[in-house]
Amino acid sequence: MIENRADRDATLALLAEVSPAALGGEPAAHVIGITGPPGAGKSSLLSVLVSEWRARGRTVAVLAVDPSSKRSGGSLLGDRARIEHDPRDDGVVIRSTAAGGRLGGLAAATREAAEALAPAFDAVVIETVGVGQSETDVEDVCDTVAVVVQPASGDVLQFLKAGIMEVPDLLVVTKADLGDVATRSRRDLGQALKAVGSADVPVLAVSSVPPPSGIEELADALERHREGSEVSARRVRARRGAALREFTAEHGERALRELGGRRAAERLLAEQDAGASVTDLLAALEASH
Amino acid sequence: MEEHRLPEPDGPWVMRTYAGHSTAKESNELYRKNLAKGQTGLSVAFDLPTQTGYDPDEELSRGEVGKVGVSIAHKGDMHTLLDGIPLDEMNTSMTINATAAWLLALYMTVAEENGVERRSLQGTTQNDIIKEFLSRGTYAFPPEPSMRLIADMIAFTVDEVPSWNPINVCSYHLQEAGATPVQEIAYSLSTAQAVLDRVRARVPEETFPRVFGRMSFFVNAGIRFVEEHAKLRAMGRLWEELGRDRYGVDDERMLRFRYGVQVNSLGLTESQPENNIIRIVLEALAVTMGRDARARALQLPAWNEALGLPRAWDQQWSLRIQQILAYETDLLEYPDIFTGSKVMDGLVDELTAGAREEMQVVAEQGGAVAAVPYMKTQLVESHRERMRRIEGGELRVIGQNVYTEAEPSPLQEGEDGGILRVDPAVEESSIRAVREWRDGRDAAAVDSALEALRATAADPELNIMGPTLEAARSGVTTGEWAGALREVFGEYRAPTGVGDAAAAASDDALRALRDRVDEVSEALGRRIKILVGKPGLDGHSNGAEQIAVRARDAGMDVVYEGIRLTPARIARTAVDEGVHVVGLSILSGSHAELIPAVLAELREAGAEVPVVVGGIIPPADEVALLDAGVARVYTPKDFEVTRIMGDIVSLVAERNGVVAVS
Repeated sequence: MIENRADRDATLALLAEVSPAALGGEPAAHVIGITGPPGAGKSSLLSVLVSEWRARGRTVAVLAVDPSSKRSGGSLLGDRARIEHDPRDDGVVIRSTAAGGRLGGLAAATREAAEALAPAFDAVVIETVGVGQSETDVEDVCDTVAVVVQPASGDVLQFLKAGIMEVPDLLVVTKADLGDVATRSRRDLGQALKAVGSADVPVLAVSSVPPPSGIEELADALERHREGSEVSARRVRARRGAALREFTAEHGERALRELGGRRAAERLLAEQDAGASVTDLLAALEASH
Repeated sequence: MEEHRLPEPDGPWVMRTYAGHSTAKESNELYRKNLAKGQTGLSVAFDLPTQTGYDPDEELSRGEVGKVGVSIAHKGDMHTLLDGIPLDEMNTSMTINATAAWLLALYMTVAEENGVERRSLQGTTQNDIIKEFLSRGTYAFPPEPSMRLIADMIAFTVDEVPSWNPINVCSYHLQEAGATPVQEIAYSLSTAQAVLDRVRARVPEETFPRVFGRMSFFVNAGIRFVEEHAKLRAMGRLWEELGRDRYGVDDERMLRFRYGVQVNSLGLTESQPENNIIRIVLEALAVTMGRDARARALQLPAWNEALGLPRAWDQQWSLRIQQILAYETDLLEYPDIFTGSKVMDGLVDELTAGAREEMQVVAEQGGAVAAVPYMKTQLVESHRERMRRIEGGELRVIGQNVYTEAEPSPLQEGEDGGILRVDPAVEESSIRAVREWRDGRDAAAVDSALEALRATAADPELNIMGPTLEAARSGVTTGEWAGALREVFGEYRAPTGVGDAAAAASDDALRALRDRVDEVSEALGRRIKILVGKPGLDGHSNGAEQIAVRARDAGMDVVYEGIRLTPARIARTAVDEGVHVVGLSILSGSHAELIPAVLAELREAGAEVPVVVGGIIPPADEVALLDAGVARVYTPKDFEVTRIMGDIVSLVAERNGVVAVS
């Protein structure tokens, strides 16, 4: 329904029902972003991570975001294929969406879907392809962002060092079964993080091929981050960021200047109720425009 | 003696028919009849549960038991299958891959229990897992453990069963998946190389030339039969080169390129199916006409393979082609008839050069195992190109896209519609039989055999064949053997190859279709979303892949999860993903059981989405499926994929109350 751009009112009504203000607080779900370059093993990792969560009695919703064809607007949503789960288990829901060519924007639809799912599941995972730019989108929505890389992927290392890439909350090196090369990658990434002053970001090595390894540790690390981070503050900040980004996307930089610039807009948002939804915040911005 | 004649005509190749269905007993009768008709070797077709390591009573086996081959669940079935057949004289080819070690162990156990020396056994286990990942889909374990099983078997048979061909590296299925001749050569030789590299580490140096000499190939031959013959000569040349340069083999006998053939099924048509017999004859010529690259063994498809499963008569007709070629024509009386031919040499040079280049690409990707996703994508693209040329009329297929005016075929007039029907009661009786078998065994012996099997599987230094033979002797079942290995190795889904397939070149029809998709999507409020699913164990995913890629090119959001899905999973995905339409593809003949099962699961899940079905579906079954609630049925005669897409878009529009604008 949220994907349906023709019936916007129904979507807004649903989102109003699940907004923190309506719920009387932030939903308890842990919203996790899993991102990384194609072929890094995100889906295989998710497959074992989902089983681990289910074994711990957690329910999980996965939103898999795939790239779309620029030419036709169509897309092949194949990621869910590698996430094994019992089709009769209602504790797992997987939904794939296309990143581009959609009737509306990716960020908004995914964020709204995550918001709608958060009251109903213990964990909501947003899986996206890419390193460098798409994480900001993910950050708008997620409590924890984990970047997944395969061993010897130099790009991520360079991006981190050069500051092109936002430092994630967690770095995961897959294919630990490859041995030395995985160990070396893990060490190199640790050093790169130190170099950019983020030595406290955990770097984990995992293997999704049987027997899987490092998965319990990863689940624990995600949980620790969730407990450690100021979730409500982060979500409030994220919603305000999203509202600002959507306002600019909708009305342009010029409209932002007319509001008195970015700073003024941020001040305006800060005055709003902490539980206000992105829609409310956007409305507040539009009202003063 | 003149140089242009042989002093003595050559002996004929081994003549087989790929056969087997229903139960071991019925297949045994079929084999005996075929041998009486002059067939000189056996080629065993196993059903999909046997090929993928499931017992008849497991969920995924539903609808597939005894369908595309015979169900062999334990050594008792193998005894029945081979009853009265002299194993020390017979040359038996088994189309078995993921579970090859198991079926060889069952075959050896039957020989052993009949007092036949294992050293005297002759035959072939197909055992090429890479092409299963690329095209055929009957894999069971992830790539690395699968490759280890192959290496184990080769290291074992080279000394223990020295006349056995432990692997038949297949280019056959690559062509069926759309490979060009260059791709066929390059990918199969790269596969052989990946296998040899692994075996080299497991056998003593002095044994290795014999390992090289036991490698054989299973090749395809298409309708362009002159070029196809050149392809085989090119393969022979490259094979010898590989042996000498990479592996240091210099014994001429070990360097010979040995191959068997099944000619092309992909090019066989549903419309005017009688024409297929002509295609088969010409393709058989491709692999027999030149002595320097003649097949060692040949099996021909039947004229009606695009319609359904062939009957005994259909297979007999194909055997007669072989016999006429070998015994009536003068083919076997001459030395190689292409030596010195400018055309042949030129073609061979061309193909060799192209294949070398493509092999280099595969090597740069890290070899055949690592390059599976790359090769898969290349195949999907080649196949799409082929379909595009047929749709556009550039590639002429008589009776399909040209000269379609025809009289009705009398071959299809019989009551059976010209195809074999497997009695659905076979599944029930096989389920009962395997349960009885389990109850009648020494349970302690089975448990300890499985325990030993798991322990060996967990240690890559050990050879799987020892405990596999022990398991076969103790009465372990196919599903138990594979289940124990799945526990250790894990399960696997092969890459679908569709995600990376490049966008299609636009033509007018596709552009018009895209506009229509955009228009309907606009009215729906989101993009048309389609689930393309393959229920059951059938791994022939080429058709589903082409539909998935074309749907994307038409602008739809496509959910494609690959092969081997249970009806429950398909229904669940349809609901979770909120698709507008479900497209199912089945080629194994199990549509009558599986499609209604999917419909029932969808109803149970409360999903009111239309279901369309594509596959080898006889007209009577088509009616039954439509009655059961299927919205559309497409068969091989519907070769225009863009038109199918347009039809699906209209269906979605209609079901969602979108007013048709055309």
